[in-house]
Amino acid sequence: MREYELVIIGGGPAGLAAAVAAHEAGLRDILILERDNELGGILNQCIHNGFGLHTFKEELTGPEYAGRFIEQVKKLDIPYKLNTMVLDLAADKTVTAMNREDGLFQLHPKAVILAMGCRERPRGALSIPGCRPAGIYTAGTAQRLVNMEGYMPGRKVVILGSGDIGLIMARRMTLEGAQVQVVAELMPYSGGLKRNIVQCLDDYGIPLKLSHTVVDIEGKKRVEAVTIAQVDGNNRPIPGTEERYECDTLLLSCGLIPENELSRSAGVELNPITNGPTVNESLETSIPGVFAAGNVLHVHDLVDYVSEEAGAAGRQAAGYIAAGCREEEHKALPIKCANGVRYTVPVAIRPGAAGDTVTLRFRVGNVYKNKKVAVYAGDACVFSRKRPVLAPGEMETVILKTSLLTDHPEADGITVTLEEA
Amino acid sequence: MVDIVIIGAGVSGCAIAREVSRYKADVLVLEREEDVCCGTSKANSAIVHAGYDAANGSLMAKLNVEGSRLMPALSKELDFPYENNGSLVVMVSEDDRPALNKLYENGVANGVEGLRIVERDELVRMEPNISDQAVAALYAPTGAIVCPFGLTFALAENAARNGVRFQFDTEVTGIGKTDGGWKLSTTRGDVEAKVVVNAAGVYADKLHNMVSEDAMTITPRRGDYFLLDHSAQGHVSHTIFQLPGKFGKGVLVAPTVHGNIIVGPTAIDIEDKEGVATTQAGLDEVRAKCGLAVKDVPLRQTITSFAGLRAHEARHEFFIGEVQPGFVDCAGIESPGLSSAPAIGVMVSGIVRDILKLEENPNFEAKRKGILDPKGLDAEAHAALIRENPAYGTVICRCETVTEGEIVDAIRRVPGARSVDGVKRRVRAGMGRCQGGFCSPRVMEILARELGVDQSAITKAGAGSELIVGVNKDAI
Repeated sequence: MREYELVIIGGGPAGLAAAVAAHEAGLRDILILERDNELGGILNQCIHNGFGLHTFKEELTGPEYAGRFIEQVKKLDIPYKLNTMVLDLAADKTVTAMNREDGLFQLHPKAVILAMGCRERPRGALSIPGCRPAGIYTAGTAQRLVNMEGYMPGRKVVILGSGDIGLIMARRMTLEGAQVQVVAELMPYSGGLKRNIVQCLDDYGIPLKLSHTVVDIEGKKRVEAVTIAQVDGNNRPIPGTEERYECDTLLLSCGLIPENELSRSAGVELNPITNGPTVNESLETSIPGVFAAGNVLHVHDLVDYVSEEAGAAGRQAAGYIAAGCREEEHKALPIKCANGVRYTVPVAIRPGAAGDTVTLRFRVGNVYKNKKVAVYAGDACVFSRKRPVLAPGEMETVILKTSLLTDHPEADGITVTLEEA
Repeated sequence: MVDIVIIGAGVSGCAIAREVSRYKADVLVLEREEDVCCGTSKANSAIVHAGYDAANGSLMAKLNVEGSRLMPALSKELDFPYENNGSLVVMVSEDDRPALNKLYENGVANGVEGLRIVERDELVRMEPNISDQAVAALYAPTGAIVCPFGLTFALAENAARNGVRFQFDTEVTGIGKTDGGWKLSTTRGDVEAKVVVNAAGVYADKLHNMVSEDAMTITPRRGDYFLLDHSAQGHVSHTIFQLPGKFGKGVLVAPTVHGNIIVGPTAIDIEDKEGVATTQAGLDEVRAKCGLAVKDVPLRQTITSFAGLRAHEARHEFFIGEVQPGFVDCAGIESPGLSSAPAIGVMVSGIVRDILKLEENPNFEAKRKGILDPKGLDAEAHAALIRENPAYGTVICRCETVTEGEIVDAIRRVPGARSVDGVKRRVRAGMGRCQGGFCSPRVMEILARELGVDQSAITKAGAGSELIVGVNKDAI
């Protein structure tokens, strides 16, 4: 097996954008490994529009958006292997993979970009009591059946969780002739984008019940009914609030989990909040030369941001290889999250290694109104912006001028916080 | 007329089928579900009990100890996962010392080898995550874990290899005496047999009561469980029980042969013989109790929760014997039924052999090769396998790294997988942390292709559990 300088694990939106950006940065020796039978990742089943408003200034469907990057990969002649499963990533960056043509093989790249994406939280992980019949699907599995294969997984549907895929599937199932009765959401707010609630639920008269969860599933062979109930402040069902819905299908859209089994096997340090690697401003993980971008790093709302982040990872990986895989020592400023900021990506910034700007992405832990997002270098406020509404379902981005940090050489750390506006 | 009908293709029925296939006889197994291992055998603790628990002198004690002794050799002969990890019954209050001593003595009387009581210091060395209140434990080095699916499929496949026939989706609805034996009415026609073996699990009472005046009642005793991800592996290495005592009866925390952690069960007597729904209260009970003997059980890493039923008879004993001429009961097989299965097979086949005066089957093949798991091969053999059959190079289930080659093998076996659950229990596709989210549509495709049916006919677990209900817009 021929060796490659950069191996990108995953040929979805993150892997594609990383490959194109690494190539544009001058690196020629790149290989993308994709486990599915085509490039594009989960975008291939996202046939709704709304993708690409930031990147291409137009509304594309998921396959169209992926297609733009796939075209570039093909035009640039970046090699890729399909139907190829990476089985192991070692701390020394040895990649063990497998496919039909090459069998079991190993690669020893100089740099690796983790772009494995994420998976959906299944029923089992939610410990929903009740029967375990056919008719319980994660929203993404249902999306694949409907959009890729043309099969209806059910006709009378209850949806638990108001993540974006669940909202999209509420509309999709309705358009395909199913009756979507209700969307129940455990939290007092939706985990999805506001625009999806309006366009996928409100426009079709599908009720969204916040602070509700599924407390029972009936049906020996196929789902026959689902009971939902309101929950209290500790997310415990409140007796007496049960409502029973006769249905044949329960769709789950209860959160996405970055797929970091390979990262873990390599010994990459993970952030328990995001379940993704901890990275510095260069999107480099705790293992030098291993970078991460996209949903494997933290779950994004918009693919445009995945592409942007992955492009940066691609450039950084190319730079790492061009510099002979050596890194200078730089002072790192760890980032502290405060007052409702749940996490940040990156978790630390090395001003000396950063370009002119550093992109900080983060999420908040609750719905906040009329707040200010503030960034401190040590005790000095270096950034502040008013935000009328912040919600857990919407990722926040701050682009920080690196000079603002180098102006405060005394600072030992950075704080990202919410303040009263 | 067949020689022997075995009703029920759970672990008992399959063990009996396998043992009876050592003799020259026409054997038919009738199963109401679509596959083997669909009832109690599929949802339990996956434990081979050492045999200290059952009352000394009982049939249960005898068969448990024998079954536990037979299991290691059987696992090699039939190629199913078994691991002798040892078990600990943990005492969490000094007040319970007499009960622990009594359990030890009962075990010694039952003939369990190597039993000893370990005190806290040693216990902590054996299990660093043992709870802070753990005082001492009964250590049984012969305790083990087994894959209950693997065991049952292995027995069934080996029985089939030796001529036993399996008929699924067939429920026995009536039994009548005939001149030469019994006539069974089933949902798929009548069957006549010289000898009937009742291995019907939670329904064994129903069948028993069709032929015997001495009525029996089997109570389904539900057990709720959590199964934790591979990432929880190593939290415990032994099977850890809590000694029933001052703080009630606990739940077990144990590793599985596939590197998960299992936590449970509850013991809730119910009426519905199909009542395998978990309840909030049941799951809460497991959550509350699992910390008694083991600390910091990582329940956050739960990948699924489920419930199974034990076929409980009020006397808590196995009922094995010829209750009417040519009608053999194998009833009340609750825990330690899985552990006892190899011995149950031997005992029941002996009874049947004596009734029918069966001769040995000179063509009996004792060995069975399991479904090849390429993960166990070295790199060279693995590469050669993919060259020879590229289906072993295509990963279908990402979480458990299951290839198309393994899935095809599972479907082509006799008796083979016919549903998504059938594939799952044979090769673990869909058994991992995403619980089939990614692979179930792919498994459906492979099943449809291999079985030569449309994808819409593919079920989760037999007729009525179809996974798709139509095509887009067909209702509009």
